[in-house]
Amino acid sequence: MTTDTDTASVPSPAPSGFDNDNRQAATIGDSARDYVNRLRGGDMGSLPAILGLVFLFAVFASLNDRFLTTYNMANLVIQSGSIIVLAMGIVFVLLIGEIDLSAGVAGGASATIIALMLIDYDWTWWAATLAGVAVGAVIGLAIGSLVAFLGIPSFVVTLAFFLALQAVPLKLIGSGGSLRFNDAVLRGLSIKNVPVTAGWIAAILIVVGFAALSLWRYRSLSAKGLVHKPLGLVVIQIAVLAVIVLGLTALLSANRAPNPELFEISGIPWVAPVVIALLLFWTYVLTKSRFGRHLYAVGGNAEAARRAGINVKRVRIMAFVICSSMAAISGLLAASYTGKVSPGSGGGNELLYAVGAAVIGGTSLFGGRGRALDAVIGGLVIATIPNGLGLLNQASYINFLVTGGVLLLAASVDAISRRRRSSAGV
Amino acid sequence: MPEPLLELRGVNKSFGVVHVLHDVDFAVYPGQVTALVGDNGAGKSTLVKIIAGIYGRDSGDYVFEGKKVEVHGPRDVAALGIEIVYQDLALCDNLDIVENMFLGREETSRFGLDEVTMETRARETLASLSVRTVKSVRQSVASLSGGQRQTVAIAKAVLWNSKVVLLDEPTAALGVAQTRQVLDLVRRLADRGLGVVLISHNMGDVLEVADRITALYLGRVAADVPAKDVTHSQIVELITAGRSGDLGIAENALTADV
Repeated sequence: MTTDTDTASVPSPAPSGFDNDNRQAATIGDSARDYVNRLRGGDMGSLPAILGLVFLFAVFASLNDRFLTTYNMANLVIQSGSIIVLAMGIVFVLLIGEIDLSAGVAGGASATIIALMLIDYDWTWWAATLAGVAVGAVIGLAIGSLVAFLGIPSFVVTLAFFLALQAVPLKLIGSGGSLRFNDAVLRGLSIKNVPVTAGWIAAILIVVGFAALSLWRYRSLSAKGLVHKPLGLVVIQIAVLAVIVLGLTALLSANRAPNPELFEISGIPWVAPVVIALLLFWTYVLTKSRFGRHLYAVGGNAEAARRAGINVKRVRIMAFVICSSMAAISGLLAASYTGKVSPGSGGGNELLYAVGAAVIGGTSLFGGRGRALDAVIGGLVIATIPNGLGLLNQASYINFLVTGGVLLLAASVDAISRRRRSSAGV
Repeated sequence: MPEPLLELRGVNKSFGVVHVLHDVDFAVYPGQVTALVGDNGAGKSTLVKIIAGIYGRDSGDYVFEGKKVEVHGPRDVAALGIEIVYQDLALCDNLDIVENMFLGREETSRFGLDEVTMETRARETLASLSVRTVKSVRQSVASLSGGQRQTVAIAKAVLWNSKVVLLDEPTAALGVAQTRQVLDLVRRLADRGLGVVLISHNMGDVLEVADRITALYLGRVAADVPAKDVTHSQIVELITAGRSGDLGIAENALTADV
């Protein structure tokens, strides 16, 4: 107390300033209290999604003993791939407070182009994929420009694109037809697995890389006396990641064939590395690049962003370009899973599942809050529902009811937590 | 009297047929707080927006540090070292204090955003302004009080080694204690040698911190006087009638042929 009065009586600026900045010496206890306070204040993050996932797993595992088999877990990974990737794209438009209703059909249209390039023009897989992603980017550019320059609400623009883009596969494939999708590499994304040794090496690299980055960050921040997480929390985070990554790798590296004596299926499905690479890349963009910071700023307060000299129109357009390009990759993964592209590809529930995944994962419908990781967690929740219900041989109407209910629940959590946030000011 | 840092000479501005500013002269001196007062519609906001580069001028000169300059937008103005803190503050609630202070001008290293440099500089700036009311520089702006938000907005303006800071109604929405903090901060900015412009309706605030007072009346400068030479009631008369005793516009402003 005496030091306080001392500094107060000296008129010159205090040398250190932040006497109250108690976060520097934070302990795990402080962090836990902070977290509880954030939850109370309505900042739920991915917690509802993780609880939901645990709940769904418990229910399905108790109702059907095939649900928790490694074979089904690998299936779940493959099934969730396209939803997760589409949701990751949707996160970008949700971040700036917009919506893209056309992402699903944009994926269908892009997948049609990829299939046509493979079949009719004999392009190699990567050239066809690039062409498909380019188609997605052009669609996003068109949507973004209409939203940013003409000021048409994204809801209307993308609704128009949702209708118009369905014409693309219908015209190119013809009604009732479908394009086979059996390129060794692209089809292999869903039906082939990473060699077990390579999978282990990649998993260990991810864990070591994450640990090194976290500790390096901890050291550089604490050395300068800046705000940082306590060491204990950093270690816990590393441990949790290690358990998840190594555990999944071990699970998927075991032979999961239904008849293990006859043949062997083992290794991580190729979809997983694609999703993880996209997750790492977009997480870097969102948290460590200027563009990512500007996305959050535009979503939080577009006028403030404009006055800070940020090119708000460019940020908006880029968000739609990223969303539609990710939709193209998602369409590719969906085609890889089913082995074909048909005129209806992407026109079903894909988009709503993806929006649901992003929102369940913790991305706000109101802009300014969201992570690439939200799409992964939410996508797993959304994919678990049809997977588990399918094993229970439930009629498909149950699937729609449950998924709709989950989405509504997630949106309610988002709206309520937003209200609490604004009153608690977290 | 030192050279003015920023000076507008004979500025006119019309919107269509409405002549908003008539030959306005306005000067900002280093180390001084210049209060810009005037009733609603007197042309304060228009003048601020011209200084900010948001509006162009129909005629008149924009002089910075003794040299005529051409400004074509807010970026040019920021490049000169002039920062404007708007009444609505324009902070992003979902970002923390450091992120807001560096918004649009983020420091980067080879690996992306340089959080270490940004946080260190933000701390130094807040400490140099003797801001000790915020709990952590990594607090989200949504959790700050009105006075703290104003402080962050002002610190953001100071961070860029700016020479002139314009504050638009900084105390309008604040309580007594917070107003006190912000006025102290305004005074400290001037003591650091910055030219500070305070736009305010609150005569108490104006008389307390201002060194000079420029009163606008119907788009003309009614008076540009040292604050110690005028009283509260004189300022009110200048604002409402354009003149007070031998101060102010000589004739009826509406028919005057200036």
